[in-house]
Amino acid sequence: MGLNKEQIAKRIAQELKDGFYVNLGIGIPTLVANYIPEGVELVLQSENGLLGMGPFPFEGDEDPDLINAGKQTITTVPGSAFFDSAMSFGMIRAGKVDLTVLGAMEVADNGDIANWKIPKKMVKGMGGAMDLVAAAKYIIVAMQHTNPKGESKLLPKCTLPLTGVGCIKKVVTDLGVFDITPEGFKCLEYAPGVTIEEIKAKTAGRLVIADDVKEIVV
Amino acid sequence: MKKVVAGADEAIKDIPSGATLMLGGFGLCGIPENCISAIVKKGINNLTCISNNAGVDDFGIGLMLQGRQVKKMISSYVGENAEFERQLLSGELEVELVPQGTLATRCMAAGYGMPAVFLLAGIGTEVAEGKEVRNFNGRDYLMEYAFDSDFAIVKAWKGDTQGNLIFKGTARNFSPMMAMAGKITIAEVEELVPAGELDPNCIHVPGIYVHRIFQGKDYEKRIENKTTRPRNP
Repeated sequence: MGLNKEQIAKRIAQELKDGFYVNLGIGIPTLVANYIPEGVELVLQSENGLLGMGPFPFEGDEDPDLINAGKQTITTVPGSAFFDSAMSFGMIRAGKVDLTVLGAMEVADNGDIANWKIPKKMVKGMGGAMDLVAAAKYIIVAMQHTNPKGESKLLPKCTLPLTGVGCIKKVVTDLGVFDITPEGFKCLEYAPGVTIEEIKAKTAGRLVIADDVKEIVV
Repeated sequence: MKKVVAGADEAIKDIPSGATLMLGGFGLCGIPENCISAIVKKGINNLTCISNNAGVDDFGIGLMLQGRQVKKMISSYVGENAEFERQLLSGELEVELVPQGTLATRCMAAGYGMPAVFLLAGIGTEVAEGKEVRNFNGRDYLMEYAFDSDFAIVKAWKGDTQGNLIFKGTARNFSPMMAMAGKITIAEVEELVPAGELDPNCIHVPGIYVHRIFQGKDYEKRIENKTTRPRNP
């Protein structure tokens, strides 16, 4: 049991606030754009040089000169702006982007993240992830709680090469919602059908359960 | 002042083997297709290429990799290219992976005449190994050097005979900073117009940075990841 990918995205969308500039990474984070709450107006940033990213184009309307950071064809919304990559990372670095949502292979209980390299296996590169995690004010990780082998991805210390240090604020997994605190992962919410015992068993890093822990509503 | 050349073959004719090239584009979006074809045809090798990505197996910089023309790639993400991964794992190809914003800013620094910049990205990671760290206002920053490239090669949407460039959509990406950073900058454009036809208010790269310009042809503009939604009936 636990949340599916769409539900993880839906839960993260509850964190969106009116007026936010938001950068969504590839995978589950991209789905967050489908669940922007009623009354919340925000601007999506694509780090290849666009503010005001819209939905995918209709079949036949795709423009090769208009893609997102995942190289998918996209559209713009009214009020959008294009810029070069230096300005794009300038606004990220200067803290203008309010929220970044990205995936991860591992997160440590001090907020370290690893998501770009598996030595001797995968050498695709970090893309913009290191820039984003180094500078964004508020970073949420969207990921599965365990890897395909069933091992915890919420760790006392990352085993893979780091993407950023002490930068993650919140983790939303198929099992629950966790803040990174000085005491480690603080479980604020659990997914329907998931027990605290299961979360404890599948979290290798330090874990505390919030006094007012409650079930996720999506 | 004569910046206009006949085509890609003339524009790249003096690029020697062993040169360091900047190539604009993000994925396959905004890549200088004509110049890449000319470089593949010319067969120079031992090149160091600074480009955000390495193309796909049969398009973009991937074509230069197939011809074993590249000695070293400096990129942020190279995940779409099986031949690249093969050459990297076998040790034929040297790769320096650089955070994307750092890559852009190191190009920018070169174009702005700044020898180095201080950046947050990569602090505490293996990217920081061997680099000078400076603390400003309580935060650590890595010192990153401006790139030094012999040639910068970009594709623009429109250009004029003075070398002024305008880009379209997200095809702009790295190209303006790279154009500004090259010791010799080559621009291929979809539409070349006489000086005076482009609105000076709308120029992305002023012609002072551009040494050679030509009207490109036969653009394929391949889409890497076509994603659409159905039209409502």
